[in-house]
Amino acid sequence: MKNAIEVRNLVTHYGEREILKNISFSVPKGMTTVILGGSGCGKSTLLKHLIGLLRPTKGEIVIGGNDITLMDEAEMNEVRKKMGVLFQGAALLNSMSILDNVALPMREHTKLNESTMEIMVRMKLDLVGLSGFDNFFPSQLSGGMKKRAGLARALALDPELLFFDEPSAGLDPVTAAGLDELILKLNKVFRMTIVVVTHELPSVFAIADYVIMLDKGDVLFCGTLEELRKSDHPRIKMFLERKPEEETYSPEDYFRVIAGE
Amino acid sequence: MPSIAENFFGFIGKKTRPFLKDIHDISKIINDIFYWSFVSPFKGTPVRLPATINEMVKAGYNSVPIISVISFFIGIILAFQAAYQLKKVGALIYVANLVGVSLTRELAPIMTAIIVSGRSGSAYAAEIGSMKAAEEVDALISMGINPVRFIVVPKLMALMVMVPALTIFSDLIGILGGFTLSVSILEIHPYNYFQQTVNALLVKDVFTGLLKAWAFGIVITAVGAYQGFKVTGGAEEVGRRTTSAVVVSIFLVIVFDLFFTALFYYFT
Repeated sequence: MKNAIEVRNLVTHYGEREILKNISFSVPKGMTTVILGGSGCGKSTLLKHLIGLLRPTKGEIVIGGNDITLMDEAEMNEVRKKMGVLFQGAALLNSMSILDNVALPMREHTKLNESTMEIMVRMKLDLVGLSGFDNFFPSQLSGGMKKRAGLARALALDPELLFFDEPSAGLDPVTAAGLDELILKLNKVFRMTIVVVTHELPSVFAIADYVIMLDKGDVLFCGTLEELRKSDHPRIKMFLERKPEEETYSPEDYFRVIAGE
Repeated sequence: MPSIAENFFGFIGKKTRPFLKDIHDISKIINDIFYWSFVSPFKGTPVRLPATINEMVKAGYNSVPIISVISFFIGIILAFQAAYQLKKVGALIYVANLVGVSLTRELAPIMTAIIVSGRSGSAYAAEIGSMKAAEEVDALISMGINPVRFIVVPKLMALMVMVPALTIFSDLIGILGGFTLSVSILEIHPYNYFQQTVNALLVKDVFTGLLKAWAFGIVITAVGAYQGFKVTGGAEEVGRRTTSAVVVSIFLVIVFDLFFTALFYYFT
């Protein structure tokens, strides 16, 4: 089994605070990998490192055989042309129509003529179920439609690697399930390597082939979905069974906390 | 327990480090803006022309009405103020000199720059700031598109053309304002006023004014872009950054004005 991404000994800081504490894992090629974890465990930060928005304090991130942490802007842009990212809020450019948004990566990175580009945009929009919305503006679409349009833009250059940041955040269960369907389709039909960052359990069980679980900046678990279900690690069980974290304060500790010591 | 000396140096460090970071950020954005505007077009990544024209319309064409009204009034005010003194020595015709020279050398560029920073500088900070807050800037980077090239360069090109263009316009309308007052209330003969203005104005007066206007265009764009890219939080910070974009760009416009005026005083 080949790996699409390999992360080795990654350490990152926000100011003084350590977010990711020396983590290593790999993402298998051609599979859907879910990065799972509670709020504040560092999973969004990890995603920003994988797409090259942040530079780590130390460690390696190897994509396609090259370490992206050592690349300059121009080399990184070559790697970025082969990846697509769907952001949490879709991040469509509000000043442009859906057609222009989806065409943007093509306009910037290819020399296709306008009519070919329009046909390709319509194909991408059809793939995500948004045919006929070319001339709408992002503000005229619902949350779920925006995400679909954002996905069409991420697919514009036929990427090998596709990243999703919390795809079901802020969507109703039906729309979220529709997006999960789409992720499955992209993986099965186009054999794309997909990385999804989420904390939604139903969608994890629907789409994941491989799961990486983070907890407080560390990798807690790394394996297939079957192995995750069978795991008897207490933190994983707590997460899967949706149990709240135990109250760890003693009355004396509580007194100290409220006194601000 | 840290000693007094440790506290003292800690205090200095705490105050200096953010300041140094600001200097670093400012120089980085200026460097980026100039690289993507003047170097990269020669390396095969052209400026986005449709966006530039769009920005020109927004910053230039749309501010023609307000610039004309203000320039016309400034012309009248200047003529009034000049007449107040010149009347005493019976040299009313010199109103034409004063209106013409002070408008082209100083008032037209600076009034235009102040209006443009209020209209466009603030809009740039708000636009870039809200794009930053909505992850749009991150999305551009993740598509391999440099946000400075995509967002800022068209605005810079637009202002570098439109601020001087608006200044020429303001020169003409302002002189027309002075002319209107002079031929009506001050009862100067129109032809005399016209002749006097033409004789008083030198090419260098107009040219130095335009050069200043060009520099103001760069200052306004750079400040707006810097403030916009500094946004990390949400709506409240966008508002704060927009305000400081206007205040800082007006301040810097005046600083640059002083610099250029002193330069031209000695070297032209």
